[in-house]
Amino acid sequence: MFERLRSMLVKEFIQVLRDPKMRFIIFLIPVFQTLVFGYAVNTDVQHVKTAVYDRDNSAESRDLTARFAESGYFDIVEYVDSDENARDLIDRSRVKVVLRMDKGFSAALRAGHSAPVQLLLDGTDSNTAGIVLNYAGKISAAYNDRIQMEQAGRINGLPATIGGIELVSRAWFNENLESRNFYIPAVIANIVFIITMLLSSMAVVREKEIGTMEQIIVTPIRKSEFILGKTVPFVLIGFIDVALITIVATFWFGVPIRGSIALLFGATALFLMSSLGFGLFISTISRTQQQAMMSAFFFIFPAMLLSGFAFPIENMPQPVQWLTYLNPLRYYLVIIRGIFLKGVGMVILWPQFFALFVLGLIILFFAVNRFRKTL
Amino acid sequence: MCRACRGIPLYAPLLAGTGACPLHILRRKVMNLLRVKAVAKKEFIHILRDPRSLGMGIAMPMLLLFLFGYALTLDVDRVPLIVWDQNNTPASRELVSRFSGSRYFALYRHADNYRDIERAINRRDALIAIIIPSNFAKLVESGRKAPVQALLDGSDPNTATYALGYAESVSRSYSRDINLRILRRVSGIEPEFGHLDVRPRVWFNTDMVSRNYLFPGLIAVIMMIIAALLTSLTVAREWETGTMEQLISTPLKGSELILGKVVPYFVIGILDLILSVLVGEFIFDIPLHGSLWLLFAMSVIFLTGALSLGVLISIIARNQLVASQLALVATMLPAFLLSGFIFPIDNMPAPVQGITYIVTARYFVKILRDIYLKDAGLAIMAGEAGLLLIFSIAAIAVSIRMFRKKIE
Repeated sequence: MFERLRSMLVKEFIQVLRDPKMRFIIFLIPVFQTLVFGYAVNTDVQHVKTAVYDRDNSAESRDLTARFAESGYFDIVEYVDSDENARDLIDRSRVKVVLRMDKGFSAALRAGHSAPVQLLLDGTDSNTAGIVLNYAGKISAAYNDRIQMEQAGRINGLPATIGGIELVSRAWFNENLESRNFYIPAVIANIVFIITMLLSSMAVVREKEIGTMEQIIVTPIRKSEFILGKTVPFVLIGFIDVALITIVATFWFGVPIRGSIALLFGATALFLMSSLGFGLFISTISRTQQQAMMSAFFFIFPAMLLSGFAFPIENMPQPVQWLTYLNPLRYYLVIIRGIFLKGVGMVILWPQFFALFVLGLIILFFAVNRFRKTL
Repeated sequence: MCRACRGIPLYAPLLAGTGACPLHILRRKVMNLLRVKAVAKKEFIHILRDPRSLGMGIAMPMLLLFLFGYALTLDVDRVPLIVWDQNNTPASRELVSRFSGSRYFALYRHADNYRDIERAINRRDALIAIIIPSNFAKLVESGRKAPVQALLDGSDPNTATYALGYAESVSRSYSRDINLRILRRVSGIEPEFGHLDVRPRVWFNTDMVSRNYLFPGLIAVIMMIIAALLTSLTVAREWETGTMEQLISTPLKGSELILGKVVPYFVIGILDLILSVLVGEFIFDIPLHGSLWLLFAMSVIFLTGALSLGVLISIIARNQLVASQLALVATMLPAFLLSGFIFPIDNMPAPVQGITYIVTARYFVKILRDIYLKDAGLAIMAGEAGLLLIFSIAAIAVSIRMFRKKIE
């Protein structure tokens, strides 16, 4: 049995690695993808391009403008002098925000009234707009506190202090709230999923499509040996890719890895059961590589989008949330993020490991059962 | 006299030596539309014979549309909250009820030690913990600052930023009310302070719904995916299964083959476009403020370029496995990640922003958003439209050049 398996493996490795383009794809593209992901996938909102429409032009209005500029969140790139100009800048996406102060702004402040400040926002990108609103609220609250302190000091008998709450916040696991630390570990899962599932499904169908399957069928090789021969190379490729991406993530991007690397590889092994199982299953239902590729993506897209990679699962409607429990990628992501950012171990992650294992077994069982070594 | 049409005389001295009229020169040197039609017909039959691939070419966009329309949102509300109220006085309970009463937070449960909080956050049962100190009421009543701790799960920074922003705004309004109450009590008068009254006005996507932002961009992504999944394998398949030899033995030219290959997939792409627009309009109520004609015109240009790029990949790869991976890296991932579809280009570092200029989906995503949300006309998007057109022509030209009608 080992003799046959060995020759099958030798054939597969030759086939996978023979083409220089293929070597490039398997080993360099994951690194390239990690680099692109690492730099491109970023939801930190800073340096929002802002225009100022200051109709009051007083010490107070300039002070407020300066506070927006100094916050680091807003970059004042233009001053406008009419609504049309402001509108045009937003239309052309030159600025995202226009800060507008009307005549009488400073007078109202000094007289102790409420002084309206208008914030025109381009809401196209709702996420950025929401965060910008938060920032503006923060700046104006600080500004209000100072005014109150000054003016209360002037009224007799009032304490010139500001009480209330001081919110002392601390973010665990990712102290500076860098989105890179959140997304890059997840890239491992996505790349391993795509490469192993797509390649394994297409590799089997390829034999059918170009006719070499007939030659394999006439050999004494058993079904189990054939399946092992087809999947083992991709298991290895999967592990190598995980290692490569982890190296890039930690040494190039400085993503912390706080948990155990052995656990990461253990989870990868369990996850590969699912992804190769899916690949094998697709190969049993496809005749051409085109079909295999399409079917693979029919799994890959929902699996990636419903994994919590970019879109939080908590925000999904309840029925869809239930559906995500069937998604192996979901568990793998929780494990990877847990290991990288939280440094947690089996004590916390065992339900995910268990779920990955069970899902992997079921998927593999179905795939192997469906697999026929016939035409 | 043109030898092919007999009867059409050749007046122009330029054509005299060639012995053919312009139509036949085009036919001889560039392409013969009859042969294009033949290839297109063959490709159509190929598609129709494989109903599953065709079905998926339609079903995949629908799946994505429904996922993005129904399930996927970046909007953060009802953040699960865990509270440890060490003070347990009317003042602290009021603060807690302001948190739990806000539509941004959902009280997961009360805790009375750090271990509970740690476990809840580790398991993501709660994303934020509010810890009120035992001397809270005393500090607040005496007009001093009471430190309230907010512990967040920072692993998802986007959600954490939102949660923190909400927490800050809850505590701000609480502080303000407390301050006024104290001042009123101390002074006996109704004190009035000047304060800013920030009035946000949101344009274009007034309710700030992420679906309206994502949906238009999704059309660009779908077109790119169709191109990558369907066309990237077509030429490679002919090479791999050996049918290319038969095609080579015919008088077919590279340009005819490529155009013939693109036409059927173009039809599928347009079908997907129509379906996407209809689903957006009637199922998800995505407002389409701009011109439908402009939308279609721009889509035709983009789709042509995307499909030609797919064919180009197929020509370069010669092998379906390689072609599928190249298509993934050269078309799908950039369309998802570098087009500004989900992740704003403004946030990227300068070198990566530079790369996005060659990702055509970037221009198309912007055009689609301008049309859908801003009702922008051709004047505003002329630059992007021009670049798309140049890219599409270049993609066709390069694929024709790269195609070798030779067996190696």
